[in-house]
Amino acid sequence: MNCRSEAMLAVLHTVLLHRSTGKFHYKKEGTYSIGTVGTQDVDCDFIDFTYVRVSSEELDRALRKVVGEFKDALRNSGGDGLGQMSLEFYQKKKSRWPFSDECIPWEVWTVKVHVVALATEQERQICREKVGEKLCEKIINIVEVMNRHEYLPKMPTQSEVDNVFDTGLRDVQPYLYKISFQITDALGTSVTTTMRRLIKDTLAL
Amino acid sequence: METDLNSQDRKDLDKFIKFFALKTVQVIVQARLGEKICTRSSSSPTGSDWFNLAIKDIPEVTHEAKKALAGQLPAVGRSMCVEISLKTSEGDSMELEIWCLEMNEKCDKEIKVSYTVYNRLSLLLKSLLAITRVTPAYRLSRKQGHEYVILYRIYFGEVQLNGLGEGFQTVRVGTVGTPVGTITLSCAYRINLAFMSTRQFERTPPIMGIIIDHFVDRPYPSSSPMHPCNYRAAGEDTGVTYPSVEDSQEVCTTSFSTSPPSQCVFTVTKAHFQTPTPVVTDTLRVPMAGLAFSHQLSSSRLSYQPAALGPGPADLAYPVVFAAGLKATHPHQLMVPGKEGGVPLAPNQPAHGAQADQERLATYTPSDGARCAATPSSSEDTETVSNSSEGRASPHDVLETVFVRKVGAFVNKPINQVTLTSLDIPFAMFAPKNLELEDADPMVNPPDSPETESPLQGSLHSDGSSGGSSGNTHDDFVMIDFKPAFSKDDILPMDLGTFYREFQNPPQLSSLSIDIGAQSMAEDLDSLPEKLAVHEKNVREFDAFVETLQ
Repeated sequence: MNCRSEAMLAVLHTVLLHRSTGKFHYKKEGTYSIGTVGTQDVDCDFIDFTYVRVSSEELDRALRKVVGEFKDALRNSGGDGLGQMSLEFYQKKKSRWPFSDECIPWEVWTVKVHVVALATEQERQICREKVGEKLCEKIINIVEVMNRHEYLPKMPTQSEVDNVFDTGLRDVQPYLYKISFQITDALGTSVTTTMRRLIKDTLAL
Repeated sequence: METDLNSQDRKDLDKFIKFFALKTVQVIVQARLGEKICTRSSSSPTGSDWFNLAIKDIPEVTHEAKKALAGQLPAVGRSMCVEISLKTSEGDSMELEIWCLEMNEKCDKEIKVSYTVYNRLSLLLKSLLAITRVTPAYRLSRKQGHEYVILYRIYFGEVQLNGLGEGFQTVRVGTVGTPVGTITLSCAYRINLAFMSTRQFERTPPIMGIIIDHFVDRPYPSSSPMHPCNYRAAGEDTGVTYPSVEDSQEVCTTSFSTSPPSQCVFTVTKAHFQTPTPVVTDTLRVPMAGLAFSHQLSSSRLSYQPAALGPGPADLAYPVVFAAGLKATHPHQLMVPGKEGGVPLAPNQPAHGAQADQERLATYTPSDGARCAATPSSSEDTETVSNSSEGRASPHDVLETVFVRKVGAFVNKPINQVTLTSLDIPFAMFAPKNLELEDADPMVNPPDSPETESPLQGSLHSDGSSGGSSGNTHDDFVMIDFKPAFSKDDILPMDLGTFYREFQNPPQLSSLSIDIGAQSMAEDLDSLPEKLAVHEKNVREFDAFVETLQ
């Protein structure tokens, strides 16, 4: 875990906080009720910052895993590099055989990371605060975008719920999402291929 | 305008707005309590979580909010405001933020009340959760304790932004359109924290051993009293629980439908209302099941709208079930257990430890606008100030505020001046760094004398060296702040950061000093021939000794 990873996690969790609901419980005759989403404050160790995330260990683990992979990829690319992570929310659209289901993104968040080497403790401390301030701005930006209420998928019927939500988690239900990232080194060439991670259970077909 | 909205929708909307306002206040105040908040997700709806979010209700806060609202709802020209301010142990106060819940005239007639508005209000609460951690007052509130406390005040009516100083900034949390108007939630926060800049405090030697037991608040001129954002359950209290029984606090279960409406029966059982015994528990993990609930079934209603059937995911009918009931949440869920371990209050502690605390705690100096050194320990200390059992009792028994509040030991007089010129970062005064070098401070830079005691004492006595010994000329770099990760001061009064700072400049070992070494070496060389002669004389004895060893 380092400064970058924490910043990444803060952003991802903030977005997912807004894009998660409680678990749906479908009852007879098509009604459903919604579970409760708990929240949790997380203090960053390497940044002067606290963010709020959904209280779901599974979700946290999944995000940390991806962020860890991103961090490793950045490190392996060596030196100053540019990294970019995309969090994409999508809907599945069933297609008839032999075509596979389509994934139609409806919202994509992209976070760009620029690696900077810090030499002295003083630089690190200043960076720590600057990153904290920057993150505050980013959270405000995220909230601003969320507030536009531009598009949200319609609430699905029981048979359709897996096309809209990730129902695999135990305690919360985020919209279907996938995270991918890309690293370019200082020369501008893409040194690692884009990795796609699908974090979701299998579809109920 | 209003005739477009049927009466049931209108009632629902009013209810949503009312509870949204109450939850908003809860989120804001809880975010300024000074500790981390954690609530559990629950996959099954409990029936009491408005907007499908686990936001606990502190009864005192709900009580205050309801009192301020006095049965009204936010409307045009009538906003609900939560004012967050800071008050030092010396009685100076400063407004930090004003959170406003406003309503304007722009209506959205098409919007569905019981679905879209409800979900958007839920989203807005999530945004509020995120934004409350991002404004500068959050970091201040996390460090509140001995030197200052954070207070809140709720009022209803015109927004008053005068107290925020010049150049305050605003951030909009979000808006939700409804058929009767658009709800807007925003925050105006202070930028200029140099409220004490005109007061110059001279550097005096640190005053040891002064314990300020309490200070009394001046009654506030404004109509509504200030309350500490430091909710605390005194374990020994018999429990001054708030009469949330006074009116019916609604419990909401929302049930949604994706198909033609059907009858749902919702029953609420009547349970005996108990005053929960205050138990100081760990803040974070009290499950909802542990709460003492009291339900009174005064009315339960079923209402829904017919679904618009369609081939795709239906646009939906949402039976909204309300049961009027009472909820007495456990008042102490947001408590951090009185962690006195980190802050010794009594002279029982060894002097060293006590002084270490003094150094650590004497970090907020209101004169310079408070450099709050955030040693990890101090960030955990939230409980030794503002005994809010008193704080709780007083505003509700007597509306005039005479707060008697206990401030922990070692509250120090401020000793350092502020210079802002070198800092261009906002809230620099509250930043945990000390860029002003304390070169001249003899307390920080111990003289390099052979005395072993005084340098140590000097570093112990150096308060205001909140950022570490930044002035020491021996260092190649400036240690701005030392926040070792994972370090806590549960047991020892001194934490790793303090320890490091204090023992960063130990005195020179005498054997390493050149003079003495050189001197002794010369002596040694001179005495060598004599020693050799003596040994030669005794060579036979040595040989015999060696023989015995073999």
